[in-house]
Amino acid sequence: MRKTRVTAVAAGAALALALSACGSGGNDDGDGGSTSTPAFNAAVGHVYNPSDTKGGTLKMANDSDWDSLDGGDMYYGYAWNFSRLYLRSLVTFKSAPGKEANELVPDLAESLGESSSDAKTWTYKLRKGLKYEDGTPITSKDVKYAVARSLDKDILVNGPTYFSDFLDLQGYAGPYKDKDLTMANFKAVDTPDDQTIVFHLKKPFAGFDYLAMLPATAPVPPEKDTGTKYKEHVVASGPYMFKTNELGKSFTLVRNEYYDAKTDPDTGRKALPDEIDVDLNVNQADIDKRLLANDLDVAVSALGVTAETRAQVVNDPNLKQYADSSPQPRTWFTAMNADVAPFDNEHCRKAVMYAADKEGYLRAYGGKNGGEIATNMMPTMIPGFREIDLYEAKSKPNGDLDKAKDELKQCGKPDGFSTNISYRAERDAEKATAEALQQSLDKIGIKTELKPYPQSDYGKLYAGNVDYSKNNGLGLKIYGWGADWNDGFGFLSQIVDSRVIRPAGNTNFGVKDPKIDQMLDDALSELDESKRNKIWGDIDEQLMKDAYYLPGVWASTLFYRPERLTNVFISDAYNTYDYTTLGVQK
Amino acid sequence: MVVYIVRRLIAAVLLLFVVTAITFLIFFGVPKLGGATPDDLASRYVGKTASGQQIHETAERLGFTDPLYEQYGRFIKGIFVGAEYDTGVNKDHCPAPCLGYSFITRNPVLPDLLDRLPVTLSLASGAAVLWVLGGVATGVVSALKRGSFFDRASMSVALAGVSLPIFFTGLLSLSIFSYALGWTPPGGTNPVEQDNPFDWAAALILPWITLALLYAAQYARLTRAGMLETMEEDFIRTARAKGLRERTVVVKHGLRSALTPILTIFGLDLGLLLGGAILTETTYSLPGIGQYAVLAITNQDLPKVLGVTLVGAFFIIMANLVVDLLYAVVDPRVRTA
Repeated sequence: MRKTRVTAVAAGAALALALSACGSGGNDDGDGGSTSTPAFNAAVGHVYNPSDTKGGTLKMANDSDWDSLDGGDMYYGYAWNFSRLYLRSLVTFKSAPGKEANELVPDLAESLGESSSDAKTWTYKLRKGLKYEDGTPITSKDVKYAVARSLDKDILVNGPTYFSDFLDLQGYAGPYKDKDLTMANFKAVDTPDDQTIVFHLKKPFAGFDYLAMLPATAPVPPEKDTGTKYKEHVVASGPYMFKTNELGKSFTLVRNEYYDAKTDPDTGRKALPDEIDVDLNVNQADIDKRLLANDLDVAVSALGVTAETRAQVVNDPNLKQYADSSPQPRTWFTAMNADVAPFDNEHCRKAVMYAADKEGYLRAYGGKNGGEIATNMMPTMIPGFREIDLYEAKSKPNGDLDKAKDELKQCGKPDGFSTNISYRAERDAEKATAEALQQSLDKIGIKTELKPYPQSDYGKLYAGNVDYSKNNGLGLKIYGWGADWNDGFGFLSQIVDSRVIRPAGNTNFGVKDPKIDQMLDDALSELDESKRNKIWGDIDEQLMKDAYYLPGVWASTLFYRPERLTNVFISDAYNTYDYTTLGVQK
Repeated sequence: MVVYIVRRLIAAVLLLFVVTAITFLIFFGVPKLGGATPDDLASRYVGKTASGQQIHETAERLGFTDPLYEQYGRFIKGIFVGAEYDTGVNKDHCPAPCLGYSFITRNPVLPDLLDRLPVTLSLASGAAVLWVLGGVATGVVSALKRGSFFDRASMSVALAGVSLPIFFTGLLSLSIFSYALGWTPPGGTNPVEQDNPFDWAAALILPWITLALLYAAQYARLTRAGMLETMEEDFIRTARAKGLRERTVVVKHGLRSALTPILTIFGLDLGLLLGGAILTETTYSLPGIGQYAVLAITNQDLPKVLGVTLVGAFFIIMANLVVDLLYAVVDPRVRTA
């Protein structure tokens, strides 16, 4: 038995090598090659187990629940990834392995947006022949309606607010308050005919195509909109539609017969399985066991395997060959609060930057299985990334105490000072980080007290609340941030723009640099992509010079791909498996 | 007897009112004592990006700015006639008895609970049958054969069943029986949605056994102790002397007397379990009331937690009532009360 298996694997390997040798030069669908031999990271940058075979049921499970299945009400990355199975937006990320996945390609629209020269007016033309799951045609008014309803954060509370931030709303508050289904007052969006839609912005935004990518632009038929109840049956525009939906328990998708693949030539969707079953609120340890037992195909929430399973998988070569490690557009970091003395002095902040034990930080997140030491804030896959190591994170990963003490002298605290470190109580990694920081800072005389807070209120009541942080001396705040999409704006805007700071519910824990704000504005109006990307790198460098944020870890997640999955690859856009191309072997 | 039942029923209803008041106080009064303002409470129910103004409007819309007794009055009224909740767009109706309305999922709480009840009922009743039969039988045999190998072995197994945590035994049994051997369906299989009773039982057999193991120990030891005591009584000797079969002596005379403490405990245990077998449901991903409670707590959805608490209290009170009534059946001395 064993011998046969080895022979088969060897034959398979030889065949795969031959195929990839044929495939890698000038391949039509432009994938980075493909392989069918199980190996660690086989699905990173290549298509693993390529297939065009349709049929079967794809089985997924979620360890918790969606924020919402409604395209206008979702914020989780995995929800956006999954939504492309039943929804189509104006544009979307290409379904391809490697860097190509970060390319936006037209989905409902014929091409990417046409911009005015001041980047304030964006026009899209819809393709012809687009239909909903019941055969009724999709028009530009439906896209306008979808965007309009997503503006109302009283009804659809979860989604991002980018449209409110950029569209020239002139007081329009969405169809639930305005009550006019013709949306005559929604002047920020025009639909001169059934195929055309025009967006009018109040400030320039060269990256508007990223907003057109959002599931909020997936069309919603106004007469079928039931507000908060719409998520119970979302009307499909994509290759699949809802057959059943038991809130909190499970749902099933089946093929949408009115989806015409001929109207979808650019995205790379494959729509292979006949049915997709998703179970909700399944015990996370059980999910891992089911994956390893090939009883489940996908752990859809994309958290990766648990720490215990990770340890099991990386140490067993028979399991490791089915695993993929994907860097995430997420940085774990610690913010320094300039409202709390002596962090208002940049030399005191730099002392922390030098003294912190970066290796200890990485250890708190699982060591090299959890990612790598971050030298600057922007994660490595964001276009415009360049490595900026101003505080010797690479050369002195345990900290440079001499330089730290020197900075302390310069800020007038040669013997150190006292402050508090806040972290989210439920997160073991943040607790370990706090302890590592406490120890390393103690070496230069900075005495700290640890302050855990519940994560659900961290932003509203504690670390993200300006007054609370000031009154309770939260000098150091442990946090993490993931990009809404892989772009400098998507990562940086919510954490470094001083103008998004509000009394509570903050994600920017205290970066107030007018230079950075100006650079953000410049990037928003810079239509040349390579110039724009360079600005993101410049902002990162300024951020490091200001020393408001101590970068800790560039996160990585370990995923497991069961044997019967076909067409598997990590999407660099969603940093987990691309859900629209998966199939199952019978 | 009828007077006894009526008295107990009235007491039960009064107790339920007291429980609702205390629960309401805990969930809506204690945060106030801790310094939480109506806006703080409301901030849980708005999105990440809500402004201060939006939070304040939500607090008013949801009634958090009203005094506590008014909120409680509305809640009690809702139980009898239903209530209307302003979602900001229209009014959502919560039909009577309205046990609360979740502002996060925008749905009344009771329909969700009723929807999940069959799963918890299936789990609790099946496990109850197993642990009572298994525990009592083991206890009886152990008592009769005190000191034997069976006695020692069964008490040790019982101790192991109590000591091992459910999430350990649960995940282990899933690994072995569902994934390695394929005898039982995987975790997350909803027993109530199966087409036939056989599949229903197959989806529940592992949770039944792991849950029953937890309780069987207690029942075995209790039965054993009770039996040991009872079998020494004079009336047992009399029964034997009268020539009755040993089986009749043991069951009709011995066990029946030893049963009363077991009945009390059973009432409490079953009542508690019907409020949601939290650990078992989470381990096996069964969509019952216990899993609902965990999700409500994790998501800090106070109305849901309140609803689950009330349902749990209802079951415990009812179970105790039934037990008290059964006492009258089992123990004739109680009937005259």
